[in-house]
Amino acid sequence: MIREVMTANKAVAEAARLAKPQVIPVYPITPQTTISEYLAQYVADEKIDAKYVKVESEHSAISAAVGASATGVRVFTATSSQGLMLMHEILFAAAGMRTPFVLADANRAISAPLNIWNDQQDSIAQRDAGWLQIYVENAQEALDTTLMAYKISENPKVLLPSMVCLDGFILTHTVEPVEIPDQEPVDEFLPPYKAEHAFLDPKNPMSIGNLADPDYYLEARHDMQVAMENSIEVIQQTCDEFAEIFGRKYGLVEPYKTEDAEIIFVAMGSLCSTIRVIVDQLREKGEKVGLLKIRAYRPFPVEAIDEAVKNCDKLAVIDKNVTFGIGGALYTDIKAKIHKDAYGFIAGLGGRDITPEAIFEVYEKTKNVPEKEVTWIGLKED
Amino acid sequence: MIEIRFHGRGGQGSVTAAEILAKAAFKDGKYVQAFPFFGVERRGAPVMAFTRIDDEPIELRYQIYNPDYVLVLDDGLLNVVDVFSGIKDNTEVIINTQDFEGSGEHVVHSIDATGIALDLLGRNIVNTIILGYFAKKTQLVSIESLIEVIKETFPGKIGELNAEATKKAYEMG
Amino acid sequence: MVNIGCVITTPGSSKNNKTGSWRTFKPILDKEKCIDCDNCIVFCPDSSVNKQHDIDYDYCKGCGICAHECPSDAIEMVKE
Repeated sequence: MIREVMTANKAVAEAARLAKPQVIPVYPITPQTTISEYLAQYVADEKIDAKYVKVESEHSAISAAVGASATGVRVFTATSSQGLMLMHEILFAAAGMRTPFVLADANRAISAPLNIWNDQQDSIAQRDAGWLQIYVENAQEALDTTLMAYKISENPKVLLPSMVCLDGFILTHTVEPVEIPDQEPVDEFLPPYKAEHAFLDPKNPMSIGNLADPDYYLEARHDMQVAMENSIEVIQQTCDEFAEIFGRKYGLVEPYKTEDAEIIFVAMGSLCSTIRVIVDQLREKGEKVGLLKIRAYRPFPVEAIDEAVKNCDKLAVIDKNVTFGIGGALYTDIKAKIHKDAYGFIAGLGGRDITPEAIFEVYEKTKNVPEKEVTWIGLKED
Repeated sequence: MIEIRFHGRGGQGSVTAAEILAKAAFKDGKYVQAFPFFGVERRGAPVMAFTRIDDEPIELRYQIYNPDYVLVLDDGLLNVVDVFSGIKDNTEVIINTQDFEGSGEHVVHSIDATGIALDLLGRNIVNTIILGYFAKKTQLVSIESLIEVIKETFPGKIGELNAEATKKAYEMG
Repeated sequence: MVNIGCVITTPGSSKNNKTGSWRTFKPILDKEKCIDCDNCIVFCPDSSVNKQHDIDYDYCKGCGICAHECPSDAIEMVKE
């Protein structure tokens, strides 16, 4: 085990190296690019025994990933923003064909207007594709979650692909200390992928990616829903196993000072770091406030959220995305499933810095009941 | 927590400087964080980079608006961006310049990093040099760790030359 | 009921799907006129014509391509 200062992109590449993928089809895009560069270097240096597939677009990258995974090997890919948009069609194929590979998404805003900076609109727009989505808060969590994502996805009860979502620039281009585990404990935690439902073997020919007429399609989709429901337990189990070997604890959600909180912030990704500091500052002033960090967005961990927020009065949900005409995606999901007074806040779109002042504003507004159900934070007046 | 803001131009190595400083402080046993803010990703355009150093794990993830230190890699930027933006009474500003004189309102240190760079490196790359001066002035990071990280970042002859230039700036601090 | 990911693990199972039932017109070959050019074998999209030019009506969908490609008009499409 070594500790080094590195970006979350490097941490993800290190996780991919440790997971020993056999095929890596990837196409570069800001702010994911350095992931693809590190992996190309690792393959060239024979640190990973994988086929690095150079492709001409993200549509090809994800198509190659699905094809490779269907042969029964472990696959890694990564993208961002418009790249993920171009993958959209095949994301559904990957989930429907039950190819359990891992994609790291460097969260970035969507055009137009063109913007390369961070928000979470790109992955949120893929929420119905049948992928697991886990949002991470720092570089260490990006590394750890990438390793866990393989174990979760490859679990026979799940067999759905996973998206590890890390905030562009705020994580991808920020250096901070990261612990890189040794290969041996990783191998113990994550043995080689042994595909039992779809693989390439001339002695056992099979046909994958077939047409299914109305007699079968409904059942195939229902099976995916069941797999997604199963994944709740599998994610928790995998986090527990990870903690046993590596000592770092994760879950579906991460509550912080929620037990006696009257108001709880609900958010995903790197923003949770700053909120935690603000929670401490508000607590020092006697405010009863907490944070619920949502790690697993799909599956949506309703029971875990319910448990964490059971004692509070109000929820302040901050979204770095917008579902036009209704509000932030996390806010609308919370509204649909959690029976608490919840208020939505849209912030940080296209890289707008979310400052402590912005978070204080969310708190004050929630405390005094906002005028609107969904409030945009940091809008310029003129 | 110590917060440092770098001002430079795309291609001048401000982001690398912020990372080198973080890595050196990490070697000294500190918790660190460094990140860029890119306006536009173009050579010559003004860029900012940030470093945070603390004894505790760092959980703040937003830009630095009220820095303890400001490092300006190019005095031409003084006419383009407000490098003094948000500074506190005790904020110290280090500027690579040959002729800038502080207004007296702020603690401003001048170093002719460009002179050292042209002398020792043969080109106007000042990011490591200004860190040497910073290390001496502030004692926030050891020169040993700084030199070590510079050599790791730039292997071979370039690293040796940068290390030499950084030491020279350290002695001037 | 369905395999995971709708994977089909029985090779050749498409044979169970007898597409001959889709046919509304049926190709009839007049072997007297046939010049053994094999165009019908080559062009049949369902591989429903064998070397002896026998048509497999279990799978022939009645598309008529064989009749169209036959240079000696030996194949006639007849209503089922």
